[in-house]
Amino acid sequence: MTMFLGFIGGFVLDVFARIGFVTRSFFGLLGKSPGALRRPTLISEQVHFIGNYSLLIITVSGLFVGMVLGLQGYYTLSQFGAEEKLGQLVALSLLRELGPVVTALLFAGRAGTSLTAEIGLMKAGEQLTAMEMMAVNPIQRVLAPRFWGGLIAMPVLAAVFSAIGVIGGYLVGVQLIGVDEGAFWSQMQANIDVRRDIMNGVIKSFVFGIAVTFTALFQGYEAQPTPEGVSRATTRTVVIASLMVLGLDFVMTALMFNK
Amino acid sequence: MIRIGLRPAGIGLSALQYGILKIPIFTVSNLVEIRDLHFSYGDRPILQNLSMDFPRGKLIAVMGGSGSGKTTVLRLIGGQIKAQRGTVAVNGDIVNQLDTEGLYRLRRKMGMLFQFGALFTDLTVFENVAFPLREHTDLPEELIRDLVLMRLNAVGLRNAAGLKPNEISGGMARRVALARAVALDPALIMYDEPFAGLDPISMGVTANLIRNLNDALGSTSILVSHDVNETFMIADYVYFLSAGRIVAAGTPEEMRHSADPYVKQFVNAEPDGPVPFHYPGKSLAEDLGLEGKR
Repeated sequence: MTMFLGFIGGFVLDVFARIGFVTRSFFGLLGKSPGALRRPTLISEQVHFIGNYSLLIITVSGLFVGMVLGLQGYYTLSQFGAEEKLGQLVALSLLRELGPVVTALLFAGRAGTSLTAEIGLMKAGEQLTAMEMMAVNPIQRVLAPRFWGGLIAMPVLAAVFSAIGVIGGYLVGVQLIGVDEGAFWSQMQANIDVRRDIMNGVIKSFVFGIAVTFTALFQGYEAQPTPEGVSRATTRTVVIASLMVLGLDFVMTALMFNK
Repeated sequence: MIRIGLRPAGIGLSALQYGILKIPIFTVSNLVEIRDLHFSYGDRPILQNLSMDFPRGKLIAVMGGSGSGKTTVLRLIGGQIKAQRGTVAVNGDIVNQLDTEGLYRLRRKMGMLFQFGALFTDLTVFENVAFPLREHTDLPEELIRDLVLMRLNAVGLRNAAGLKPNEISGGMARRVALARAVALDPALIMYDEPFAGLDPISMGVTANLIRNLNDALGSTSILVSHDVNETFMIADYVYFLSAGRIVAAGTPEEMRHSADPYVKQFVNAEPDGPVPFHYPGKSLAEDLGLEGKR
């Protein structure tokens, strides 16, 4: 019995120690951010690397998700004779939920893994140690610009995803199925609220950007400096970041749309 | 013969070590001093009772077999790890007592060449050498360009400035890393196994560069290596480490003629001696079950 209690106690202490370490690392990264923000070139390079190179997967996925929404939405709405509401349904689904969430999941798979592998391999190749020995803080020079790059890129990518998704919904709903074009756009325009729908979506994608980018950087920085260690860290990034996105989405949705 | 281990006259080391006298324990003639150093990973001791001196302007080699604690000495001097006991002083600063800020200030006066170069793979050769200059100075771009090209010229790689690290050989990468390590004219340059994995030509080139750069820059160099010929060719003084302790020290010439069994085995590359060929444990007869049949 004592051993069991000891085991539980040890486990709980380990969990708290881990949470404390992650929190301290997060604030350590934020603390080093002013130094990185003073060098916008470093951040813009990362926005390009993280954001621009994710554009293809985001736009293609956005298009298909929008097209599927058009099909499924039409099927459901037509049962109630409310096909003209398709534009509203597609736009609301994308802006509130699918845009930020699917983008964040794709972002974790595309940019998150690449960040973890890059940082992990830099560590394995002693590049981070070399930087420290040159009196250059790797958190400020390497991690912080990538963090802010991810933070900026994520809401932009989510916006692109939603915009392309609406076009996908339009192509299927209006051009393919034949929903009235005027009803499609006017219902969307009349029922989408900038603050409640668009801004909340932007806030979500911003929070997901923080969660995914920090997870990716943390996993890379704390990876065992071996090929196996980097591979495990990369896998952990996808698993942890995806679960965080889904969990945070539930919490934020409950807080934002609780009426 | 160089002078090693000078201390202010009349002051005992132990009194200084334990901080009874508020006088710095470093001496002017030594850039780096290590006193009574103990370091272990968990319960596994790596360095024990280590005291070493690294006089200014000299090239001091730290030699020993794999796992003898050579690289750990460099990591302690650079402040990457902290000793459990004892002191490491660099230019009067006690490294293991410095905070991050102090450590970074001290490191600006240091250069380090890593075993495999540790070049930034996303940057060109030019940008690698320019990296410390860009990070620590506000020099105009034209001046940075000239300084980098001069450094690269010194290591014979001026014309490789535009290449990426994956486009050059291991020996060249080591030379680029050398150019980067001396970019800011450091007072102390540390070399971690600079000859590992190099062909004989690259080894000779690297050895000469290390000696020439030390003399040209007037810096102090600490060379960690197990390559006897190259190291003896360029070093002023040699420390031999085994199992975390100094087993011999002297000039390369003294070491060549040393009667110490460990040094003899190491210098002459003898397979058996104080460092046994067989991993300790049961005898072959025991393993084959022949022990009782005699």
